[in-house]
Parts: sequence; C-alpha cells; structure tokens
Amino acid sequence: MCLAVPGRVLDIGEKDGTRMATVDFGGVQKEVCLEYLPDLQVGEYAIVHVGFALQRLDEESARQTLELFEQLGMLQEEFGDPWEQAAAQAGADSPWPFADEPAVAAPQEEVQP
Amino acid sequence: MKYIDEFQDPALARRLLDDIHATVTRPWALMEVCGGQTHTIIRHGIDQLLPDQVELIHGPGCPVCVTPLEVIDKALEIASRPDVIFCSFGDMLRVPGTGRDLFQVRSEGGDVRVVYSPLDALRIAQENPQRQVVFFGIGFETTAPPNAMTVYQAKKLGIRNFSLLVSHVRVPPAIEAIMQSPSCRVQGFLAAGHVCSVMGMGEYPELAARHRVPIVVTGFEPLDILEGVRRAVRQLERGEHTVDNAYARAVRPEGNPAALAMLEDVFEVTDRAWRGIGVIPDSGWRLSPRYRDFDAEHRFSVTGINTVEPAECRSGEVLQGLLKPHECEAFGTLCTPRSPLGATMVSSEGACAAYYLYRRLDLGTVPAAPTTAPEASPVV
Ligand code: SF4
Repeated sequence: MCLAVPGRVLDIGEKDGTRMATVDFGGVQKEVCLEYLPDLQVGEYAIVHVGFALQRLDEESARQTLELFEQLGMLQEEFGDPWEQAAAQAGADSPWPFADEPAVAAPQEEVQP
Repeated sequence: MKYIDEFQDPALARRLLDDIHATVTRPWALMEVCGGQTHTIIRHGIDQLLPDQVELIHGPGCPVCVTPLEVIDKALEIASRPDVIFCSFGDMLRVPGTGRDLFQVRSEGGDVRVVYSPLDALRIAQENPQRQVVFFGIGFETTAPPNAMTVYQAKKLGIRNFSLLVSHVRVPPAIEAIMQSPSCRVQGFLAAGHVCSVMGMGEYPELAARHRVPIVVTGFEPLDILEGVRRAVRQLERGEHTVDNAYARAVRPEGNPAALAMLEDVFEVTDRAWRGIGVIPDSGWRLSPRYRDFDAEHRFSVTGINTVEPAECRSGEVLQGLLKPHECEAFGTLCTPRSPLGATMVSSEGACAAYYLYRRLDLGTVPAAPTTAPEASPVV
C-alpha cells in the first residue's frame, strides 16, 4: 500500500470540479487525481500513490522503476485482485524451507472468499 | 557477491558496494525506516552483500503493521454492521484483529470492499446514498494527503453518508521515540523516500543535529538502498550528521506544497498508539474539528470492544528494531502468513513477512534469493 508507482499521463479531464487523469502504469490504466500536481501535463510521468499523483518524475527513471517493479511482480501486487491474493494467503502458504518439517503448527480455519 | 547480477545495473551496484567496503572502518548500525525498503533489502540480500560492519536494522515504517489492534477491532465492528459498506486498501484484509480479520467479516456477510483509491470509496458513497460508507484511513504521510482530499471532496460535494476511520501516523515522532529508547543502537537513518516526496525534508535537520545521526532520504529500489547506505556510512566515518537527499528524482526539499496545505486544513496532529510500541506523542493525525462530521468514530459509537493482543507476538520489538523476525519463537510455527499472529507477518511491508517470504533464517548461509516474484505471492 505504501508503494508509489510511476505512471504516464494519457489524458486529463475534470470530474466533480477536480482535475483527474487517466494514467498508464506499464499497461494497467487507472484514474488518478491531479489536484496535488495541478500543472502535470499529458505525456509527463509522476509517482502515483493510491490514485493521487504526488511528485513529477523524469521519463528515464520512471521507465526504469516500472521495469523493475514489473520484474519483481510488484505491479501484480499493487493492481492485482486483492481478494484473490488474500484467499491465496489464507489457503496457500509459500513452501516452508525444510521439507520434512511442517510450516504450520497452529490449528487452521479455512476461509473461503 | 553472488546475487549482484540480479541488480538492474550490476556494474553500478558493484561500484557502490566496493565504495562502501572501502569506506567502512568501524561497525555502524543503520535503520531503514520504511517497510518497502526492508522488503527490497531482504529480497535482494543487500544486508548480506554489505560489509559485516554495516548492520541494517528494520524500522517501524509499515502503516498496516503499526495500526493498533484497537483500531482494527473498531474497523471489524463497523464493517459487520448491516447498514455499512466498509472500504479498505487490500493490505488490511488479513490483518488480525482480536480473533478475526476483514476477510472473515466479509465471509460472514459484511459488505467489505477493496478500493484502489480513497476516491473510489467516495464514489461508492455517491452511488449508495441509503447506506453508510466508511473508509479505513490508515497510512503515513504519503497516504494521508489522498485521504485528506477525499474528506475535503465529501464536504465540498455535500456527501453525508461518507466517513473516515482515521489512524494516520507520522514518521519524525517515531524516529524521535526510537532515538530516546534506552536500548537504541541506531546511528543513522535511511528515511522513507515517498514520505519525503510529500513532506519534504524540513522536519529532519533538527532531529539529525539533536541526536547526532545522519538522515539520508532514500528510495526503494536496490540501487537506491545501496546509495543511501553509502552516503550514511560516509557521514558516519567522517563524524558528520546532516540530512542528505539520495532520492532527488522524487523528493524536492519543500515536498508537495499543495498536499501539505490540504493536510493542514483537514487534519490536526494528535498522539497515536502504535501497535506493539504504545503511544508516541504527536505521532499521528486525526480529523480537525471542521471535519468532525466525517469521523467514523464520532458517527458510530464503537465501545465495549475487548481487545486481546496475542501474547506470543513480539512485533513491537521487531518494529523498533530490537528483534529480528526469525528470533521470535512463533516465527514460522505458530505464526505464518496463513495464520498470522501479528500484522508484521501479513502486510506487504511487514518485516516478518519479508523474512518468511524470502526464507530468511539465521542459518549462517546465504539464502537463495528468488529470481522472479514467488508464484501466488502470499503478500497482499
Ligand atoms: S513472527 Fe509473527 S508472532 Fe512473531 S513477531 Fe512476527 S508477527 Fe508477531
């Protein structure tokens, strides 16, 4: 959640008197509020956190960061389905390093979404 | 330096590491404040690439982790009400309250929705005028301005069925609390880059001078961390203690003035309890009196909650850098991402989750750092 992801402004409009933009994050597009960076223009990059552009970023560093986040699966974490992720977390642990020792000793309650 | 080829620019990573190795003459302990930085460090084994004299201590910078159990219990209580649509960021779904989490509340019929942005919650309120829509407003200085803007919008648009359950926290008072602890070993800080994107660097010079600690504003990528460490170690070796910006591409010294003005309007500073740590003076925000109507705690009287912390969980010590996650008795046995005892095992920025996910155990061996993200990552 604390992750802020660089994105590129595709178009700018207004909604309920608020400056909003469509922003592309390496293929995923989201609606983003520009009120905190009012002079951001189409084609520019910014770091975006929970739907708000917070600071301008130059194109080169934005691209590099996006590439890295993509490689590390962090874009999936940020934009993937959180219910699926929570369900996976509740039901499927990452394998414990020691094959013959159980990872989970506590009683389990399986929860379906 | 086996894993160095996994860095985005291995040659630069090697140069930075060589420089750090050449500079260090004595042991130094640095704290990375932000949980996102902790994950980068553990994922890339950066702590093991550094000279033995440089120790990285994990800080309290995970907003999900430090949200007090009492607030989580209030959230669960409000989310269970039939007239309420409860909106939250995905990270909060599996954070344990007393006995259950939001994920369970939904399976029991609660209308819990995950939103990407707080403005999505406001839209849900507009679309459901007959229901109460509550947004779980947690987070540090990076998340507070978006939530502030949402409350401001709600007021401006006259949306009456929207409220915020607020538990915002501020970094500088946490740094102060860590430095004042008698068992503190921290000699320098890697400050959280995105917090400074909003706040700027103005709060730090006084802290750095008074506690004689270098504070280096640092980003989240592997090379950012190495550069932050390099600059902090340089200062320590020279006996300096200033504020330095190693994340200039995203941090201006003055921060984001529009966001700061909105924070000033919507919130006021207050004491806050941090989960596992206790109350830190002036370490949080609450809605200012002008926006009192939008305070969920004010709107829903949530009382009589019996909050019970699991006795085994030592996340308070983990969050203060006093204990490494795998040193907790429950780590990997009683406490796993599937059945977490503390938020630090669930959150995507939690230190216990980082150690679990990247299989970091103190076995004296270098763990195999995953080359790609783990499949079906259990981190939300
Ligand atoms: S391993 Fe689990 S029980 Fe131990 S401190 Fe971390 S969250 Fe708490």
